[in-house]
Amino acid sequence: MQVKMTVNGTEVSGEVEPRLLLVHFVRDHLGLTGTHWGCDTSQCGTCVLWLDGEPVKSCTVLTAMADGHEVRTVEGLEVDGKLDPVQEGFMQEHGLQCGFCTPGMMMTARWLLDNDPDPDEDTIREAISGQLCRCTGYENIVRAVRWAAEHGGEKESEREPQESSQEVQA
Amino acid sequence: MTSTEQHAAPPTTSPAGNPIGFGRMLRKEDARFLRGQGHYLDDLTMPGMLHAAILRSPVAHAKIMSIDTRQAEEHPKVKAVIIGATLESLNLAWMPTLSADVQAVLATDKVRFQGQEVAMVIAEDEYSARDALELIDVEYDVLPPVVDAHKALDPDAPVIRDDVEGRTDNHIFDWESGDKARTDEVFDKADVVVSQSMLYPRSHPAPMETCGTIASMDKVTGRLTVWSTNQAPHAHRTVYALVAGIPEHNIQIISPDIGGGFGNKVGIYPGYVLAVVGSIVTGKPVKWVEDRSENLMSTSFARDYHMKGEIAATRDGKILGLRVDVLADHGAFNGTAQPTKFPAGFFHIFTGSYDLEAAHCKVTGVYTNKAPGGVAYACSFRITEAVYLVERMVDVLADELGVDPADLRMKNLLRPEQFPYTTKTGWEYDSGDYPRALQKALDMAGYDELRREQREKRERGELMGIGVSFFTEGVGAGPRKHMDILGLGMADGCELRVHPTGKAQLRLSVQTQGQGHETTFAQIVSQELGIPPEDIDVIHGDTNNTPFGLGTYGSRSTPVSGAAAAVVAQRIRDKARVITAAALECSPDDLEWEQGRWYVKGDREKGKTIQDVAMLSHGTLELPEGVEGHLDASVVYDPPNLTYPFGAYICVVDVDPGTGEVTVRRFIAVDDCGPRINPMIVEGQVHGGLADGVGMALMQVIPFDEDGNCVGNSFMDYLLPTSMECPSWETGETITPSPHHPLGLKGIGESATVGSPAAVVNAVIDALEPFGVRHADMPLTPANVWMAMQGRPMRTDLAVQ
Repeated sequence: MQVKMTVNGTEVSGEVEPRLLLVHFVRDHLGLTGTHWGCDTSQCGTCVLWLDGEPVKSCTVLTAMADGHEVRTVEGLEVDGKLDPVQEGFMQEHGLQCGFCTPGMMMTARWLLDNDPDPDEDTIREAISGQLCRCTGYENIVRAVRWAAEHGGEKESEREPQESSQEVQA
Repeated sequence: MTSTEQHAAPPTTSPAGNPIGFGRMLRKEDARFLRGQGHYLDDLTMPGMLHAAILRSPVAHAKIMSIDTRQAEEHPKVKAVIIGATLESLNLAWMPTLSADVQAVLATDKVRFQGQEVAMVIAEDEYSARDALELIDVEYDVLPPVVDAHKALDPDAPVIRDDVEGRTDNHIFDWESGDKARTDEVFDKADVVVSQSMLYPRSHPAPMETCGTIASMDKVTGRLTVWSTNQAPHAHRTVYALVAGIPEHNIQIISPDIGGGFGNKVGIYPGYVLAVVGSIVTGKPVKWVEDRSENLMSTSFARDYHMKGEIAATRDGKILGLRVDVLADHGAFNGTAQPTKFPAGFFHIFTGSYDLEAAHCKVTGVYTNKAPGGVAYACSFRITEAVYLVERMVDVLADELGVDPADLRMKNLLRPEQFPYTTKTGWEYDSGDYPRALQKALDMAGYDELRREQREKRERGELMGIGVSFFTEGVGAGPRKHMDILGLGMADGCELRVHPTGKAQLRLSVQTQGQGHETTFAQIVSQELGIPPEDIDVIHGDTNNTPFGLGTYGSRSTPVSGAAAAVVAQRIRDKARVITAAALECSPDDLEWEQGRWYVKGDREKGKTIQDVAMLSHGTLELPEGVEGHLDASVVYDPPNLTYPFGAYICVVDVDPGTGEVTVRRFIAVDDCGPRINPMIVEGQVHGGLADGVGMALMQVIPFDEDGNCVGNSFMDYLLPTSMECPSWETGETITPSPHHPLGLKGIGESATVGSPAAVVNAVIDALEPFGVRHADMPLTPANVWMAMQGRPMRTDLAVQ
């Protein structure tokens, strides 16, 4: 079947099997491999992306269900070469190690901060509780989201343009 | 919350704002991961690539009567179907394990565990490959399985490994360590002897990325390229050469970014070998990536140690001896990944952190109808099991004597002046100040105040528990003369090239899985040469571009390859001295080193930076006799001994008396891994291990029902800790350098996984004191805790209750 949707602001279309999962469409058809896949049962949350502004586990969404809708993935977090404060926060607070859960975690974090710009630790823990991380013990993910809240966690549309903060030159 | 020790000198800063040498530095690898630009195995695509899927056994033990693949082969998108008989004709049906056993690549005669590989389908896409699995018809003649390890040696137990001629039972090995006679003597004269049986149940590392591979055999050149999720690319290359008979120089193994390993990605799985065969058969690159159920059912599990411990002491609490009898469930094939000499891994470090008169352990390994493995999951070759055993036994003894478990530990810990200390089972601990670490943890926890709070709560009928554990880790295997895997000595190479403009490349044999090697190894070289870490590129994970070495597991990267990186940098520094002397027309003895440059003693202005020397060494300067041009060096580092990190952990829990639900309220972890290259990364490693400890103690188990069905085969049943089960970790440090590592470093990757489960369990059992509970096995789920409160703790490895 033919599908058409907006992904990270760009209109895309494709011919897909009706059973194709959205995670596979995004990864294998669009080449956006930042969205990962980690379990068969919608437990791990490495596949979290946004569908019409809400985080969803894309292993539980058929591509057909996204037809005509708007998708945002981790590749859409950085705008005009400027990292989202959530991305900055994950780096500053060492909120990632192997990096596999990170895209899904950051998509949830961005959504949380858009809806609650100043969340406390319990709120952050609850927001990411549907996603698994095996490396960090969650502590630094919580700190990363707090960092983002303290450095421009308000809704992106309301954010003042600001100097890009320093990044490691690798 | 973090408590740190004062460091000697503040680091100077590079132009990019990074520390020169050790210190907190943001990670280089983050730039790609934050943007979704990591390259994990499943992100890779090759031209013409085909996709493979594996058909697995639905039963634990059965004879294969027939396999009919005709329908699958007729599927329009299927390119090949491989079964055991195909492999037999190529002499590839069986492959060697890491423990001198063999394992079926595809089952030919029998299936021996649920989830065992029976056939592989190769198709144009992944969905079609999985569709075609449904079209394969296998007829099984089901046999009774061996599920309970305690029944594996019964005379009437079904023989699992009848593939081995003459085998009449399920016995793998008996192994002993320590002095039995002397230990028995100590026990005979002791005032107090307490015994306790306990199970360290089967667990699974479950990294977020499952295992997978892409194999590409170029028939024209005879070159095999394998991209795979693996922690030890060089060892894999040698094994492929030995198994498949492909000349080793024609094999290239590439480990791309790895989404967590924890020991799950050390060995070679049948799927990897099958992808190679698939590429040979089809002439195309073949990708195979397992799903989560396959990961949990078939790849390396961890632990499964049934232990009976006995501890002997004087009435006033001096621990005299320890005796342990272990029944080790190794599954259907003996595939444990550990140094050859040690069939029970490093379990014989079970005397822990205490000064004993005698100790003895006996380990018996048995086959069962379960997946193979055993040594995985940040276990430091079974030091997890050893630490859990001794730290539970100390608490059991404290309970028997009616003394505080922290006091009992303090009384018996090794004292700083006893180091280097040789244990009763032959380990030489390099350095330590144990009482200081324990005292620091007690202070951070506010231990006396917690005990007071507990007393008050008990009077109100509330259940609060405080658990203490103290661990000694042993990491950084070899030395090579004592330690090998499949005959490959455990020493690691390292190469450093400083380019003419003073920028450097470091090539490593070890493989990061999230530990941040691209950052920390650059910091090691920076520490020794003064080159900014952003100017040092760390290259790893490609056998064609890195020196040979045994890889990353057992927390060996920093103690072994970290030492190699320091030594190779020191060689460059020594060479730079000779070149500086030639340039300045003085003697090398006249020169003195400061961060990043050699200068003339007494004339600080006159000198050459390492960057100057890099250009000189590649230029036209006349070099002294015997000195070659360029600024490169290589080394193979053979560690003289393990390093021995240690730590003191305290866990505080609340238990709901109505439901048995445990809440971890606080966790205090004081770790000593010697000096810290990057404190931010070290703390992150500790956090992750603490979450492992909470998970194993409270949630995680791979149990089996009486038919041998794996009941922990998805994340719906195999429960991993989320942000809700983990508290905000409170970490602290002491710093005791290793005397034999060139930079005093000890390794940290597995410390918290090794040390924390005992603290959590000790806390829960402490909370249950009003119920007279002395022990209950992990995981302490609400049901298990509630049953323990009724005096009937569960057998957690068998899903029969």
